[in-house]
Amino acid sequence: MSRTLLVVVVVLLYGLHQDFWFWRTAHPLVFGFVPIGLFYQGCYSVAAALLMWLLVKYAWPSHLEEDIDESTVKEDASA
Amino acid sequence: MIPAIVVFIYLATVLYIGIFAFRKASGGKKAEDYFLASRSLGPFVFLFSLFGTNMTAFAILGSSGHAFTNGIVTFGLMASSSALVIPLTIFFIGTRVWALGKKYGFMTPVQMFRDRWECGHIGTVIFVLQAVLLIPYIIIGIMGGGTTLNAISGGVIPFWFGGAIVALVVMGYVFFGGMRGTAWVNTFQTILFLLFGAIAIIVIGAGMGGFRSAAQAMLASPAFAPLLTRERISPLYFFSYTFIPLSAIAFPHILIFCLTAEKMKHFKKTVIFYPLCILAIWLPCVFLGVMANRVTDVPQIRAKQEARRVLATQGKAMAPEARDELREKAAGDDVILLLLQRYAPLWLAGLLGAGIMAAVMASDSQILALSTMFTEDFFAFYGGKRRFGEAVQVQTGRLFIVLITMVAYAVALRAPETIFELAIQYAFSGFAALSPLLVAALFWRGSTKWGALAVSLWTASAVIAVAIYQHAVPAPAPGPPIVSWSISGLDVLSRTPGGTAVFGFMPVVPMVIVSSLLMIVVSLMTSKPKQSTIQKYFPQG
Repeated sequence: MSRTLLVVVVVLLYGLHQDFWFWRTAHPLVFGFVPIGLFYQGCYSVAAALLMWLLVKYAWPSHLEEDIDESTVKEDASA
Repeated sequence: MIPAIVVFIYLATVLYIGIFAFRKASGGKKAEDYFLASRSLGPFVFLFSLFGTNMTAFAILGSSGHAFTNGIVTFGLMASSSALVIPLTIFFIGTRVWALGKKYGFMTPVQMFRDRWECGHIGTVIFVLQAVLLIPYIIIGIMGGGTTLNAISGGVIPFWFGGAIVALVVMGYVFFGGMRGTAWVNTFQTILFLLFGAIAIIVIGAGMGGFRSAAQAMLASPAFAPLLTRERISPLYFFSYTFIPLSAIAFPHILIFCLTAEKMKHFKKTVIFYPLCILAIWLPCVFLGVMANRVTDVPQIRAKQEARRVLATQGKAMAPEARDELREKAAGDDVILLLLQRYAPLWLAGLLGAGIMAAVMASDSQILALSTMFTEDFFAFYGGKRRFGEAVQVQTGRLFIVLITMVAYAVALRAPETIFELAIQYAFSGFAALSPLLVAALFWRGSTKWGALAVSLWTASAVIAVAIYQHAVPAPAPGPPIVSWSISGLDVLSRTPGGTAVFGFMPVVPMVIVSSLLMIVVSLMTSKPKQSTIQKYFPQG
């Protein structure tokens, strides 16, 4: 997955937090008692977890780990 | 008193965990071992302790209290925005700080700033600002402890004594266990309060005869139906709140916690599960806080609703002091405790009370972070470590823990604000405005120490200005804000019932934007660090 697409997904999810379409209504009550606005924001949290999974899978900064490994090898060698 | 006894058993347990960690430590004389657990935390402890350290008294008490007064909007304001922003900042900033800490031995953010921007005293300015902003966060924990023990014991344990017990226990295990003890206690606490949400909603739901009828009844009531929507909150205010979670990564205790992971891959599970942990703890608390409005047979809840009603209908004609008093009475910080007392069996109320205490006592890592910062950024930087040695440095850190806890306790006894307001108005907005420091240090080669100084001074000035303004202009009654400054019909500065609005936004929005602009403009105008220093942070560039 390309970095650009991931950036778009992050920005999109940030924007989706502002769910003005459920602003003034409690209906439908999901499961008969959860107002739709609360249910939406709950689902939003799950979507955030999925986004983080995508970032870990496709944009993990592995170069940082490699830097550490390299410097550790150099230190060991000089010791 | 049974719930209070269960809570005391819990307090003894966490104290024991701290002391057990002390025994596991390498004599407690190495600064890195005491303050960072030798950078050796595994993935499980890292996830739960990092999450736990970010959950304060208001994760349970404040969230349900805020929801009791404001409705379901509380979850969108504080939980779901954090579910996105906090893991993102840990992913982009936390991992980089971890790598730099591992490579160059940094133990605090200020150490990194001093090295990155080749500065000494500017680092001290940042240290002082961070310390001053962190103290309210510690006070919240002690206030929450006092409130919780008072409520759980049915008023037998006074607020001052409950706060003192919590302060002593937290001080005890941080003093002995350092970071290792704090991380283990946080892990234990996080598991407890994650269980809390699920059990509380089942028990209280059953006690109330199910939530369906309660939700229907609320919808039918003109006074309560708006609590199931967000119609009383402006979209600009709601949007403003997405800036607040930027504070998380700028909090020194969170960033210092990022340094404790043994391997960088431990961050992977942390960032993925973080939003789900937020969901698990906040959703039940917010929902229960809203539903508490339907409880008619708890006199204390009725009294809060009555105070809210009087405030809404007669508040405008009242003196500011009378309004503040009424606001205190209407505050719902103990509403979830009242629900537990009403609906949970005694033994379970005790266990759930322990879960609440777990969230309340998250001030441990803030106390430890302040101690780490004091000993590393001040004591060691100004020659103390060189002159007296590392063992004295650790002992100084322990002494600092005792002092800071005593100061926080003294302030907690006098602080008039509710838990939630105190945290948001000062600490969160201030740290959010400091977040551009981290972004600039890690992602922009052109940033300079003068840019960092400008951000720090601006943050301090803005926080003080908001505090003075809110002191000078008392909060109005619920309803339209008091407009203090407008240009051509556009409201620039207003005093709202909950705080301050700048162009309709919370102050945190202009604070972060101006911080970012100052970092850019001042850095462009001033000289950069040496090329060799920049190369350390941007080796590929």
